[in-house]
Amino acid sequence: MPQIAQLAETYSSQIFWLLVFFGFTFLVIGRGMVPKVMATVSAREAQVAGDLAAAEAARAAADSAEAQWQASLASQRAEAQALIAKAKAEAAKASEARLAKAASATEARIAEAEGQIAKARASALAEIEAVAAEAAGDIATKLAGLSIDAGAARAAVKEVLHG
Amino acid sequence: MAAEQATVDPMHQFTIEPMFGTDHWALAGHNIAFTNSALWMAIVTVALWVFVAGGMKRQLVPGRWQMAVEGFTGFIDGLLAANVGPAGKKYVPYIFSLFMFILFSNVLGLLPLALFGAHPFTVTSHFTATGVLAVMSFAIVLVVGFFKHKLHFFSLFVPHGTPVVMIPLIFVIELVSFLVRPFSLGLRLFVAMMAGHVLLEVLSSFVIGGINAGPGFGLLVSVPSFALMVAIQALEILVAGIQAYVFALLTSLYLNDAENLH
Repeated sequence: MPQIAQLAETYSSQIFWLLVFFGFTFLVIGRGMVPKVMATVSAREAQVAGDLAAAEAARAAADSAEAQWQASLASQRAEAQALIAKAKAEAAKASEARLAKAASATEARIAEAEGQIAKARASALAEIEAVAAEAAGDIATKLAGLSIDAGAARAAVKEVLHG
Repeated sequence: MAAEQATVDPMHQFTIEPMFGTDHWALAGHNIAFTNSALWMAIVTVALWVFVAGGMKRQLVPGRWQMAVEGFTGFIDGLLAANVGPAGKKYVPYIFSLFMFILFSNVLGLLPLALFGAHPFTVTSHFTATGVLAVMSFAIVLVVGFFKHKLHFFSLFVPHGTPVVMIPLIFVIELVSFLVRPFSLGLRLFVAMMAGHVLLEVLSSFVIGGINAGPGFGLLVSVPSFALMVAIQALEILVAGIQAYVFALLTSLYLNDAENLH
């Protein structure tokens, strides 16, 4: 078994070279390179976590922008509704006023027309009275041979006509 | 080969030989010859360096290689987070080096390089090497434990709810089990590696011996031995990973004792 048979002559060489090469491994590879490799890993993890956080923040921002947009949409809609209602009310009021004005004008013209009608009627009646009195006088003259004076005939016709 | 195979020595693969005429190098009177063991430590270190360097592109979207390296660092990070907690983060470089060094040693030692004339050597099949790693882990546990908890660290040896009468006995038992840790840590890895390699060597000697003994023996001995070798080789690859994992896991469990006591 060389491990024991050669122990006395090789132990110092093995210990020395193992310390040399393991020391190199530890100092150069373990202390020098491994932390860099692990820093790369943790940098990657940080980057991934940061990207995820940024995406999350962007999503939250989009959500809030959408909510804001919805709110402004609702408020604008309410504003428009109010405007429409106001315009409607104003239009109704204006049309009412114009209707009232037109109605009063019409009424005035109706009254005027009625006055003219009454006047025409009165003059017509007066004419009819005169014509009727004349006709009655003529009829009495022709049928009875009576000469009735115009005033009496007019009085008689007036009595018949107005009851 | 036919003359040699009569004296197949399954332990020969563990022999350490000085290379490049360095067998008289010494440091403070101790021999530090650059051996095949040291060469494979160097190969392991370079391979590991190439592997990790390939994963250093630091891309936001990693490629396959970067994914593999990040998978290993993430695995060690997760192991320490699960066993030690947030305080385990600072041990990632050490546990990563430990795990990857053992894993690469185990796996590179299993490569069938003998087909190309090279002689693979498993660094972790020597208890001197595994012992150094184990003592290093144990020393870190001791330093961290006594630095963080001072003498209160000894309360590790008295579990909660121990009856007062039992405390001296439990203390001794726990102390012994604590002191055995570096040995079990180092020996487990060394034995697992050595046993697998010996088994493969013995089976391969059966294959060669059976073929040399004639077609009848070849069919009877070599074919089943070869089939078993393939299966054992797969098992050894598994063991190579598991033993590296066990070493790293136990070290992190011991570090948990030192960091958090109970």
